[in-house]
Amino acid sequence: MSEQQHKSTRKSSESEDQVETTEVDAERKEKLDDDVDSILDEIDDVLEENAEEFVRSFVQKGGQ
Amino acid sequence: MTVRRVQGSEVEYGIAVQGQPHANPMVASTHVVNSYAAAHGLTRRARWDFEEENPLRDARGFDLSRDAADPSQLTDEDMGLANIILTNGARLYVDHAHPEYSSPEVTNPLDVVIWEKAGENVMRLGAELAATIPGTAPIVLYKNNVDNKGASYGSHENYLMRRDVPFDQIVEHLTPFFVTRQVFTGSGRVGQKQDGSVHAFQVSQRSDYFEVGVGLETTLKRPIINTRDEPHADPKKYRRLHVIIGDANCSETAIYLKHGTTSIVLAMIEAGYLTRGLALAAPVTALHEISYDPTLTRKVELEDGRSVTALELQGEYLELAKAYVAREGSDEQTDDILQRWESVLDRLQRDPMECVRELDWVAKLALLERYRERDSLDWDHAKLHLVDVQYHDIRLHKGLYHQLLRTDRMDRLVTDEQVAAAVTTPPRDTRAYFRGMCLARFSKDIAAASWDSVIFDLPGHDSLQRIPTMEPLRGTAEHVGGLFESSSTAAELFAAITGR
Repeated sequence: MSEQQHKSTRKSSESEDQVETTEVDAERKEKLDDDVDSILDEIDDVLEENAEEFVRSFVQKGGQ
Repeated sequence: MTVRRVQGSEVEYGIAVQGQPHANPMVASTHVVNSYAAAHGLTRRARWDFEEENPLRDARGFDLSRDAADPSQLTDEDMGLANIILTNGARLYVDHAHPEYSSPEVTNPLDVVIWEKAGENVMRLGAELAATIPGTAPIVLYKNNVDNKGASYGSHENYLMRRDVPFDQIVEHLTPFFVTRQVFTGSGRVGQKQDGSVHAFQVSQRSDYFEVGVGLETTLKRPIINTRDEPHADPKKYRRLHVIIGDANCSETAIYLKHGTTSIVLAMIEAGYLTRGLALAAPVTALHEISYDPTLTRKVELEDGRSVTALELQGEYLELAKAYVAREGSDEQTDDILQRWESVLDRLQRDPMECVRELDWVAKLALLERYRERDSLDWDHAKLHLVDVQYHDIRLHKGLYHQLLRTDRMDRLVTDEQVAAAVTTPPRDTRAYFRGMCLARFSKDIAAASWDSVIFDLPGHDSLQRIPTMEPLRGTAEHVGGLFESSSTAAELFAAITGR
């Protein structure tokens, strides 16, 4: 697991001018979209098989 | 100003026995706790000492009579359910029908992340061990708060505060903050209303289950500000603010920000710095409305007539905090919290999806929206509800949060090594060190323990010997580390501390 660890170094980049920021955002969003699509395929592999049955039987007692 | 403050968290886990929807959750929860205890040499199972517990004491200055209380409020009665203390100073037990891990007391928000995450490891292992009991079906645990059919279970925060701060000041200045902090503490939920009867997404798991502004209850008519007054410390000096309104977070950033920003607001309240009224006209309604709007553009009304978004109200608290820090100074972790708080609010304002690597509700919503798009699903579709629940599955190979983590789609603040160490090791800078070390070194001589005591059963003593730990910042490694090094038996340790 250790190779997947990393510390967050993300910081918002306030200094970029507006035009550049918009372009970067659009590019980033597109990349993000591709990424999310690929994760759906991965998640399909681990999702519980019978969604309806699972959701119906997920019943909890109330707590605090 | 600092985020440093004695604090901790409690998480009740959702529990399911695979293939047995009608299995008794108390029995299953007990298996988890007892399996963990047995595998870790906590065989005597030092029991919880209830002497200092007063769940019916109200911070407003009165006690609810036991007859008038709902049975679920009597949390100090030992129901014969599993209840143990771990060597890291935490409490692992069965609360109502859920296994619960209460973290040891720590001194800062980052340590909350570490010891709360350690609790997930404890639960994961407990469930795995319970599955090895012959004839037992696999038990799956969920770090969430709802079944979307009406039941909710808690994830609480605790903060040590000065006793002399008027409680009405806490209520006044904390309520608007708690109503709006869900924009980063929310874990996301498919379904609105307590029973999920409205098919739509909302930001928070818990918001629908809060029905009043202030009160003692935790299991019904839940209040935004809980008044339970059990300081678990010297009651003349301290109160423990028991916060019941948070979501169970998987995201490390969400846990860190939840405790960090709340610690900052508490520091300002204690200092009497908050005088400007930000009171909401209708806090409970606002809580629900904000949760129902993942675009975060919904405006809610203040008592002074202004209408603001949750982000704008959070921004007001942030600006007050920055001004206060400019005057009073701060420290590294406080600066880090302030920076992240500001950055998250800015990005949520531009586009919540910019926080997809940091916040639970955004990460979950991103997955849900993609499923809706790809498979043309409406919000009532079972698959979306499944994604909602399975996000919180604590198994590494099944939980969707863990899937995101493993594929580097969520940011981390702590390492697996730090968390693994915290499973068995107490924090060094609170009384949890003394408690945890007593259990680690002398488990068989400890009859019971609690937040504010360790009770020894020593050879040569007719009765049990109680060592009170009423000062949360005493019993640290600095104070008692040497005594543990020089004592080879519990009796020696006891004699060194008490002179008896």
